[in-house]
Amino acid sequence: MSGKTLYDKIWDSHLVKEREDGTSLIYIDRHLIHEVTSPQAFEGLRIAGRQPWRASANFATPDHNIPTTSEERKRGLQGIKDPVSKIQVSTLDNNCSEFNIFELKMNDFRQGIVHVVGPEQGATLPGMTIVCGDSHTSTHGALGALAHGIGTSEVEHVLATQCLMQKKMKNMLIRVDGELPMGVTAKDIVLAIIGKIGTAGGTGYTIEFGGEAIRSLSIEGRMTICNMAIEAGARAGLIAVDEVTLEYIKGRPFAPKGALWDKAAQAWKELVSDEDAHFDSVLELQAADIEPQVTWGTSPEMVSPVTGAIPTLENEADATKRGNIEQALRYMGLSGGTAIEDIQLDCVFIGSCTNSRIEDLREAAKVVAGKRVAANIEMALVVPGSGLVKQQAENEGLDKIFIAAGLEWREPGCSMCLAMNADQLGAGKHCASTSNRNFEGRQGFGGRTHLVSPAMAAAAAIHGHFVDVRKLA
Amino acid sequence: MKKFTVESGLVMPLDRANVDTDFIIPKQFLKSIKRSGFGVNLFDEHRYLDKGEPDTDNRSRPLNPDFVLNQARYQGASILLARDNFGCGSSREHAPWALDDYGFRVILAPSYADIFFNNCFKNGILPIVLPRQTIDELFAAVVANEGYTLEVDLEQQTLCRPNASDIAFEVDSFRKHCLLNGLDDIGITLEDAELITAFESRWREKAPWYFAQSRNGAAENTDAADG
Ligand code: SF4
Repeated sequence: MSGKTLYDKIWDSHLVKEREDGTSLIYIDRHLIHEVTSPQAFEGLRIAGRQPWRASANFATPDHNIPTTSEERKRGLQGIKDPVSKIQVSTLDNNCSEFNIFELKMNDFRQGIVHVVGPEQGATLPGMTIVCGDSHTSTHGALGALAHGIGTSEVEHVLATQCLMQKKMKNMLIRVDGELPMGVTAKDIVLAIIGKIGTAGGTGYTIEFGGEAIRSLSIEGRMTICNMAIEAGARAGLIAVDEVTLEYIKGRPFAPKGALWDKAAQAWKELVSDEDAHFDSVLELQAADIEPQVTWGTSPEMVSPVTGAIPTLENEADATKRGNIEQALRYMGLSGGTAIEDIQLDCVFIGSCTNSRIEDLREAAKVVAGKRVAANIEMALVVPGSGLVKQQAENEGLDKIFIAAGLEWREPGCSMCLAMNADQLGAGKHCASTSNRNFEGRQGFGGRTHLVSPAMAAAAAIHGHFVDVRKLA
Repeated sequence: MKKFTVESGLVMPLDRANVDTDFIIPKQFLKSIKRSGFGVNLFDEHRYLDKGEPDTDNRSRPLNPDFVLNQARYQGASILLARDNFGCGSSREHAPWALDDYGFRVILAPSYADIFFNNCFKNGILPIVLPRQTIDELFAAVVANEGYTLEVDLEQQTLCRPNASDIAFEVDSFRKHCLLNGLDDIGITLEDAELITAFESRWREKAPWYFAQSRNGAAENTDAADG
């Protein structure tokens, strides 16, 4: 019999019950909550007269709807101009207090994007099962936790039963071997992977990322990779636990302390796939082949190395794909054959649960230090992922570097990643964005998003078009 | 949850791959704290020519005459014929809520995104996976025949089409059982409450570190505030 994958191990240890057709009950250790996908779930609990099964397993923070200018934030809930958004945020506050759920409220200085704050607070621990009504919950897999997004009915289900009803997925291994070249980041790795396997390539799988290039990443880089597993179709991404993982978690508020820490750390060392584990699918990439990536279309798989060009329709044999490219180029206002470096930009967004942590901000600050944003850039936002990230960045003086270069320094939140608050990309505008989705209208009605790494976004801000960051060094 | 047994209805083709949940229901409508009323904003950015907001009166908005949903021949459709990777992107359950509220009860596609697929069942919508070739045939038939209807029989797991052979489809036996009987998952799971409690106490013993924090986490977090 072959060994177990990391996914097998976590699944098996959380299996409460399995039905004949494979539908299983899985115990959930941590449930993260935000304001957008939870109100109907709490309402459901109330209507049924139920209480949360284990209130202390829940952790909430508002992030999607909240304003990011300090003027508005100072005014608390009253600072949210949109009355509908305000109701959603106050509904979360009320639900959390009614059901005795821990919440980092909008003006708590530790508040932030739920996927940034969870790991930062140590609410994400290796070997946990973690769910959240948000597809980018896959982020937490970077710490060796089985984490995935769920819908609102499931949010209610987890609140009421501490379990999730699910079928086991298949195992996929994506190995990135060798050393990552200079100027190439975690974001480029994951975009290159999606370019290869497509946005449905991981559907039905849990993807484990391994290999030297992944192992050598910091936890923050690993989070960037797992964050976008869902963009490859996989509900969950995973990276094995190692010393870097333990180092990251130790001492965080929700992490175990003292003797309990020692025992936990010992147990977590087992959280790796066995050498003889079986994967249903394996993909191998060479880190040396990966270049900085830029998306040119309306799906994350429509991606090219910065040195490349937008594909031409003639070169696509498959009729459906040709149709997709045509549609995407029409929306993006671009034509096939254009060099990526010739794409002119109007806006820059540095933020989101993919790339808004301190290392991301340092990378971006390094590129813009002492320079000025290009004249054609109308808006350039830097939105830290959490209050603690913001504080750290300010301690290091990064805010001053951004502001001196002409970028705006904002309060933490999802912001223009999905533009549910006032931070929106105008119609027809091109934006270099460090977020994870370039769907039509994602950053604003008619807006045109290009996904890139923080360094690439920063360089684009300075030059007004895409440039290869490797040339700047 | 509504029971699902047989659905006989008009088919609407949406000839586009990778339809994401932003396409199905744009984010500005996610601010609602209700579960209903999303149908008028289904496919909003494609269905109307202007940008919709939660408080606009949709009746006065300009319709996009080219979008399939607005064509007279597809009014009242309850079966949505779609392409690959339908429902990708965000986990928002507002997507199936909008489809359901509009009146779609069945989706036919070669493949779906996982979370969306799952969310459909929780809302009494039946997403059916069919081979790509069958989907191609159905697209051709729907476009060629105005008023093309299908009958979906969940019990029998068949699609009856006019003037052609029935098509069999697969569905998980447990999900089928829940749909046929209109059972809600929470009720079913709570029948196993004892099992869950037993698991929980074993797990608490084995991995106490997942249960360590105080009930509301506040104490630890106050310490953290300084560091
Ligand atoms: S930052 Fe963007 S992707 Fe991440 S949780 Fe917020 S809206 Fe979703």
